[in-house]
Formats: sequence, C-alpha cells, structure tokens
Amino acid sequence: MSVGTHAIDIRTSPHIKGQLTTDTIMLHVVYALLPVTAFAVFVFGLSALLMILVTTGTCVLTEHVLCKLAKKQTTVRDYSAVITGLLLALCLPPAFPLWMAVVGGVVSITLGKALFGGLGMNPFNPALVGRAFLQAAFPVAITTWAPAFWPKVWSIERFTSIMLPTVSLPFMRPESVAAFIQGVSLDGLSGATPLAKMKFEHQATPLIDLFVGMTAGSAGEASAFLIILGGIYLCARKMMNWRVPVSILVTAAAVSGAFYLSDRQAYPTPMFMLFSGGLMLGAVFMASDMVGSPMSPIGIWIYGALIGAVTVLIRLKGGLPEGTMYAILLGNACTPLIDSLTQPRIFGARKKAVKP
Amino acid sequence: MTFPWFGSRKTFAHGIHPPECKDLTRDKGIRRLPFAPHLILPLSQHTGAPAKPIVREGQEVVRGEPIAEPGGFVSVPMHAPVTGVIEKIGLARDARGGMSPAIFIEQYQAANQEILYGAETDIDSLSPAELVKAVQATGVVGLGGAAFPTHVKLALPEGKQVDTVIVNGCECEPFLTTDHRVMLEQVDSIYKGIRIVMRALGAKRAIVGIETNKMDAVERMRAAVPAGLACTVEAIEAKYPQGAEKMLTKALVGREVPSGGLPIDVGVGVFNVGTLAQIGELLPIRQGLIERVVTVSGTGVRSPGNYLMAIGTPLRFVLEQVGFRERECELIFGGPMMGTTIASLDVPVTKGVTGILAIAKDHPLAHRNGRVYPCIKCGACVEACPMHLNPSELGLLARKMEYESMTEQHHLMDCFECGCCSFVCPSNIPLVQYFRVAKAVTRERKVSK
Repeated sequence: MSVGTHAIDIRTSPHIKGQLTTDTIMLHVVYALLPVTAFAVFVFGLSALLMILVTTGTCVLTEHVLCKLAKKQTTVRDYSAVITGLLLALCLPPAFPLWMAVVGGVVSITLGKALFGGLGMNPFNPALVGRAFLQAAFPVAITTWAPAFWPKVWSIERFTSIMLPTVSLPFMRPESVAAFIQGVSLDGLSGATPLAKMKFEHQATPLIDLFVGMTAGSAGEASAFLIILGGIYLCARKMMNWRVPVSILVTAAAVSGAFYLSDRQAYPTPMFMLFSGGLMLGAVFMASDMVGSPMSPIGIWIYGALIGAVTVLIRLKGGLPEGTMYAILLGNACTPLIDSLTQPRIFGARKKAVKP
Repeated sequence: MTFPWFGSRKTFAHGIHPPECKDLTRDKGIRRLPFAPHLILPLSQHTGAPAKPIVREGQEVVRGEPIAEPGGFVSVPMHAPVTGVIEKIGLARDARGGMSPAIFIEQYQAANQEILYGAETDIDSLSPAELVKAVQATGVVGLGGAAFPTHVKLALPEGKQVDTVIVNGCECEPFLTTDHRVMLEQVDSIYKGIRIVMRALGAKRAIVGIETNKMDAVERMRAAVPAGLACTVEAIEAKYPQGAEKMLTKALVGREVPSGGLPIDVGVGVFNVGTLAQIGELLPIRQGLIERVVTVSGTGVRSPGNYLMAIGTPLRFVLEQVGFRERECELIFGGPMMGTTIASLDVPVTKGVTGILAIAKDHPLAHRNGRVYPCIKCGACVEACPMHLNPSELGLLARKMEYESMTEQHHLMDCFECGCCSFVCPSNIPLVQYFRVAKAVTRERKVSK
C-alpha cells in the first residue's frame, strides 16, 4: 500500500477545538429570551408583539446597513443584534409608540455598538444605551405604562386590537392608554407599576403577582419566574457567568434588607425589591452581557455588588422609581477600571523559591 | 472550580477538560513495529547542541552501536537502531518543515537485529556524578515530548537541592496512551529508573502522579512499589494540562514554581514515566536508546495502537504498516494540544515523538479554521489559563503589536503554549499563535539589542 497522494494540511497547535462558538452562545441567549418574550406578548397583547418585532427588525437592519456602509462582511449572523433588539423591546413599556421604538433601535446599534467598533468593543450594553436615549428624549412616553391584562381580563381584545399610543404618528403627542383600558376591562386595573406605587403611594404589590407576572411595567419585566428560568438555562450551558446575576441580586437584597430593617414602614421588603421592576431582567440578561462585564471572578463580584447597591439606592433615595438601567450602565462604565484592578495573580509570581 | 468535599483529587487551579479520545488505544498492548528498510536519524533530536557523527558513509553498524557523540554537555549520543550500513550523512526533512543534518541507515534485511553492545553494571556502585555520565551515555532524553537531555536535570547546579522526585504519569494530552501502557507493562523498569534518579539527585522521596482516568495504572504501580523505596503513587484529577511540570508540582507537593523558574528551584525534579522506564531498562546494561513506544491513533488510522518503533522510522513507513485512510487528515506528531503538524511524510520518528495522530477533517473535535469573531470578553480563556495569565488582554495587545506591554505587564513569557485559551475561545481567536509570534519578536529584539 502506498501512502501520500493527498495534500497535507499544516497548522499550529492546538489542533482540536472546543465546540462552543460565539454565534452559538448568542443564539442560546435568544432561546433563553423567547419564553420571556412570549409571555410579554401573552400579557400585553398585540402592541407588545408589534414593538418586539419592530425593535428587533430595526436593530438587525441597522447593523446590516452599517456593515455595508463600512464595506465589511455583514455581522447580523452572530445574533447579537437580535439580542439587542429583543432586550430593548423587553425594557420598554408595552404600549410604547412604534416610531420611538425605531429610534431606540437605531440608537442602540449605532451609538451603543457600531460607533465603538461593533461586537466586543461596546463598553455599554447597546440595548440600555438605546433605552437611556429614549428615556431622555421621550420621558412621558417611556413612563406611560399599560396594565398587565392577564389574569384580570379574560377578553381576547388585547390580541385583536392595538393600544392607541403604539401607532402614534412621529412627533405627535401619543394618545393615552386610558381609553383602551376602559374599553377592555373592569375597574381597578391600573397602569401604575409596582415600583411607582411603592414610591409614590406606599402601596406594596403581592409577591406572587410579581413572581408570576401580573403587574404593569416594561414588556419583559413581568415574570421573574421565566427570567430566572432563562438564566438557569444559560448558566447550566456555561453560556453565562452565574456570578453576575447572583452578585447583583444578593447585594440588592442585602442593601434593601438593611433599609427595611432600619424602618419597616418606610421601606419595602428585600423580596419586593428583587422581584419588582427591571432588576431581574437587568441582572440576568443585561448586566451579564460578557462584553461589558469584568472577566475575573473577583471583578464580577465587585461589578455585581456595585449594580445591586446602586439600583436599590436609586429606587429608595433617588427621584426615580426605577434605577436598574442607570446602575448597569454605571457598572459597564466601571468595568475597564475593575478589570485593571483585578488582574489575575499569575502562577509563580510573588512567591520566592521555597527552601526544600 | 474544585469541591474537595466531593472527593475530587489533587490538582491545580484552572485548566480544561477536553474529550479524552483515549479509548481507541488504551487497551492495546505495546506491539513492535517492523524495522523500516531505511532509517533517518536527525543529529538534533533533542534540546541542546546537535550530536556529532562518529561514523562515515558506507560503514557497517550493529544495532545498539554508538553512531554519534554528544556535541556538548547539553547533548546526548546516538545509537544505531538497526544493524545495517550508513547510507549517507546529509540533510533530511524535519517535523517543522525545514532541513537538518541526519544520518541515514539502510537496514540489513537478513540481520537478526541482536543488540551486541552494553555491559552489566551495578548501579549501586556508581556515584551521583558517574550516574549522570551513565545516563548521558544512554542517550535518553525527556520522552514525554520535550526531548530535553535527562542527565542535565540530574546534574544539580551549585547550591540547589532536590528532596522530591515527581514521576509524571499524567499523560493529559487527548488520544495519547503511551505512558499508560508503559505503566501497565514496564513497572519494574520504571521503579529501577526511579531508584537511579533518586540516587543521582539525593532525593528523599518520589511521588508518582497518575490521572484518575488511568486507575488500572494507579493500582498496578501501587502494587509494585518495591520494599524500601520511599515512593508513593497518587491519583490526581484528569485535567489538561495536569502533566505540565509546574502544574504537576503544584498538584502533588503544593509548591509553586516561581515565574521564569524551574521545578528545581522548589526542590523538585520532574521526570516522565516513559523516560524513567528507559533509564531503568538501559542503564544497568549500559545500552543506548534505540526505540520508543509511540501511540498511533486518530480516525484516519486503520489499526490504532501503541507501537514500539525504532528511532528514525519514517512516518510514511509507519502509516503503511498501520493502514492509513486516504482522506483529508491532519497528521500530528505528539498530542493534539501541543503537537506539531507534519509537513512531509519523509519525516522520521524521533526520541521526542509521543504519538502520531491522523485526525480526519470531519472529526467532531477537528479545528475547523472557522470564522474569527471579535473577542466578546467572555473570560473563558482567563478561567482556563493554568498560568493565570489574561489571554484575552494579551490577544488584544498582540493585535496591536504591543509586544513590550505583553512581556512587561502581562507576563507573556510565562505562557508555555498549552493551548487551553485557544481551545476554549468561542470566537475562534488563534491566541496561542499570536503569543508565539509575540515571543519570537521579543526574543529577536532582545538579541539585536
């Protein structure tokens, strides 16, 4: 038998490769977000669905166009733009005007990501950059909440008709959601979020409602349960660092627990803090964005503690009912500093030769 | 991360768990490969100065006869692996693609290949200095892949002491099973080798480290510890790169070799089991190293196994003997993590070759040379690096060619190219390759200064 009629390939070691790739990680983050997304549509209806489609579409399209403009191979296939689009939709009010959502999507990808050099280079979570822009540009629209229709309203109207603000014309004052709510519902359905109720009316929402997702709020904040489920899935597949959500939630619980113990009347319980508002979604899906978070385990604990503490402080002491977004952006901003302070101690450094 | 209360074994921090792929050959006993008609013996099969030929063209040599003498202290002699005639002394293709001087031998097909050299020696009558010379005369080098002359490690520099000899039976590279088989089949030689090395170094104890994926070898070695020898056998976690000497030292005796140092700096000498088996076998009868066990494996090989082959056997001959599936394969000398791809089939098996792997392109683990994504700072490499470096940061600096910052602030020179970072990188970034280039440039700059 003779050997050697084929071409020989040469390359440098290692010659084998782990199976996990960046696009698979991104794809699985999308999978983990799907239950949350589906539940948002179920609770808030057609308007939420439209908004999710619009932001995701805008983000993907913006990314594609920007790649073309830069004369580069398109990067939409790595799914990171899809994640940005989904996350942006999930942290906006369900009846948010669609044209504003488009603005948010474009801003997320251009200012939040492409301007810095694309995937891997963005210091901040792109979806939160988009949301921060919208908060500054449209402060009223972004705090106009539609109520969670499920389970108080059984009618299917939310799936057949669109809430009026959703389709407002660009640069026009959005319609109020009140008319729609009256159209479909009984009394007592309010669009105030649990955090706003707590802040301005001192009224707590039952924990079970927060956990299952029967409260007003951003589209994806509703069900803490599904968010945790997605997080566990990603951690189990080693596509997310479990330290990020754990450190944030533990710190938030500890800080708000301290407040609660100091004055049980004035401050909400730590459990309420964890399960209300965008903290859960932020901790599991936004702060855990690998690009904007530190790399070493110690760095991640510092980063998580910072986000958890700042969130609680903004909620309890600041002027806004919710502080997750700013806390995460602040955490992102501190990441390079944390990284440089927590460089791993290299093997064999510092120690002097041991005398045998 | 390790949980001691889960009964996990001694190990080091970080590292990876690549699929072992050892099932192909782990149960295949060592078999002798036929002698190739023509052998190629590069004069530089080891680290250090090349050997100097002491034969001339046309000279007949007997199997085991010295054919080259050491070119210095960090060098070893060479012995004729077969009875035959010196064809020529000239340039031969080496594994890295270049040409280097070698001795070519044509085998006498009718010869009975008896080894006619050597003389029985009582090792207990030799002083440590004489032992070092005797080890050098066997031509044994590190058979675990490094090919560093073993006697150099036995000659203690002034002021250094070694209290512990560590015997490396980890074989953490996927696919390879040579050390595994040697531990099962050559136990007595290994213990003879351990005794010699301990005597030469004046060490008080020896520890054999074997990964938990070779429990049969652990039991075999434990059962055979000779009475009166201060030697223990430890089962340690199967993890890559457990067999790297710094990692193994940390795992077994808890000492951290200082940055830029050697195990000897913490009073430890690390030797591969295969090396010790050869010393134990050859030194008492004063013979030279003329053959070694090589794992031939991978999906591209018809009959994978552990073969005892003459040093100098051309790769082409090996593949013809074991059956080679003619399809797109990557041919590797050594393990898949740190081995070298071979550019020509006319390259010979040398003393440092632990395995010959033919990994087909469609193997699930094969490197796909896929698209390189930007670094997403996932930190997988940071958690994998056994030297606790920051490969991600180093990779970014390498892209910017900031080699000075890499060496000064990020300890590039501590990287030993184990390949963990490249293996885990989801973005397909060829980190190890970047580091090789950076190191080469740094070394060159240092020389030109």
